[in-house]
Amino acid sequence: MRAAFPAPSEPRAPAPPRTPIRQKVRAVKDTIEQPRAVPRAINWNRLQDEKDLEVWNRLTVNFWLPEKVPLSNDVQSWATLRPEERELTIRVFTGLTLLDTIQNSLGAPAMLADAQTPHEEAVLTNIAFMEAVHARSYSSIFSTLCLTREVDEAFRWSEDNPHLQEKARLILDEYDAGADPLRRRIASVFLESFLFYSGFYLPMYWSSRGKLTNTADLIRLIIRDEAIHGYYIGYKFQRAAERLSEAERQNLKDFAFNLMFDLYGIETRYTGELYDGIGLTGDVKAFLHYNANKALQNLGYEALFPPAACEVNPAIMAALSPDSENHDFFSGSGSSYVIGKTVATEDEDWDF
Amino acid sequence: MARLVFFSSGSGNTARFVSALGMSAARIPVSPKDTMPEPDAPYVLVCPTYADGEGRGAVPKQVIRFLNDPLRRGLLRGVIAGGNRNFGATFALAGRVISQKCSVPLLHRFELAGTGNDVAVVRSGLKAFAPFQTAA
Repeated sequence: MRAAFPAPSEPRAPAPPRTPIRQKVRAVKDTIEQPRAVPRAINWNRLQDEKDLEVWNRLTVNFWLPEKVPLSNDVQSWATLRPEERELTIRVFTGLTLLDTIQNSLGAPAMLADAQTPHEEAVLTNIAFMEAVHARSYSSIFSTLCLTREVDEAFRWSEDNPHLQEKARLILDEYDAGADPLRRRIASVFLESFLFYSGFYLPMYWSSRGKLTNTADLIRLIIRDEAIHGYYIGYKFQRAAERLSEAERQNLKDFAFNLMFDLYGIETRYTGELYDGIGLTGDVKAFLHYNANKALQNLGYEALFPPAACEVNPAIMAALSPDSENHDFFSGSGSSYVIGKTVATEDEDWDF
Repeated sequence: MARLVFFSSGSGNTARFVSALGMSAARIPVSPKDTMPEPDAPYVLVCPTYADGEGRGAVPKQVIRFLNDPLRRGLLRGVIAGGNRNFGATFALAGRVISQKCSVPLLHRFELAGTGNDVAVVRSGLKAFAPFQTAA
């Protein structure tokens, strides 16, 4: 637990004694003799890694704020939820808030020190800020839909929930200053691409039943951002791992799968505690397996859970990507060519 | 000649999917300075998606450069697209764009590096794919 900021009412500490002038002169001399390292000004027209600009552009174009989503349209829908469903929803959102808070204030900043390019640092600061936007969004949902008392109770619940605290601790261990930079990226990808999904499931479920659909729109914006974060951090992990020996790479892979097993164990207990009452635990677990595999793929690893364990409820998949119903040629029943409907394309790029 | 042509950036997801298919495949280079593959028989293109929230920029620039050549484009028989369902309506959008632009079917869509199911569907689908039967 970090120290709280001093309350405004606390008396000010007495002013420190003045530094003797000789000491000041010494300090100035030291600075001249051993100049402080100054970073180079960032030049976006000289890239060491094109992926930095590609991801920067994606993230900045996708920028959003919760004020743009008409959450108040969900007020009536919120009233149709039973009290235990409302409690579950608020709890799930406080759990998600905790993960976003960690990634905003500790995870993304911790990776700055390991950045390989100045542009990677810039992307990480964007990631850090958007995590703050995500964490802030849940409070927008709360202030629009919920009673202060209910929200305060859920935040207390999140502070006392052993599973939530345990998964946060496992990630924070890898974010410590002395920890290995590559293990830190593994932990970060697991947070971005796996740990959120026990929570993301619920708004997708409500949306599939026509409830809290504006809230679901907001959550989809978060899901979209987290996908880019997990992809980018996983990509940087792969680039850095390439420079290691085969044995070191194997060690990292063992670490990654062990951490995934540990986190998965916690997630199943967390999921059971939250969703047993509503009878959805099995359904959520399939969603966890599916997302665990995707998190591992972001790191360049093979899937862990077999396809049969990853059969997510089609209603949830449809809520996740509304336009992704399967009508591909190889899977469809018809024999005619399936040509996509009109989509945004950049005609200036296509000569023909 | 390769029956598949694919593009994969540094993340390597599409390359891993193509490698799991175990078929001969030619790679469109990441750098515009490197030589493009020149297919001389009908092929299927495997392509990832890079769309932003509005669907812009879905098809990687190098794939557009590859398809801008009429000879290469004339041998294209279908497209398989990679993506991530987290991107909602723009999931695997590159497949729909290429399908529409080149009037070829969108054969299959997969996420990231694909699953065992994706590999099985695409393998058996390509084996039975009519344009490949006549070309052989």
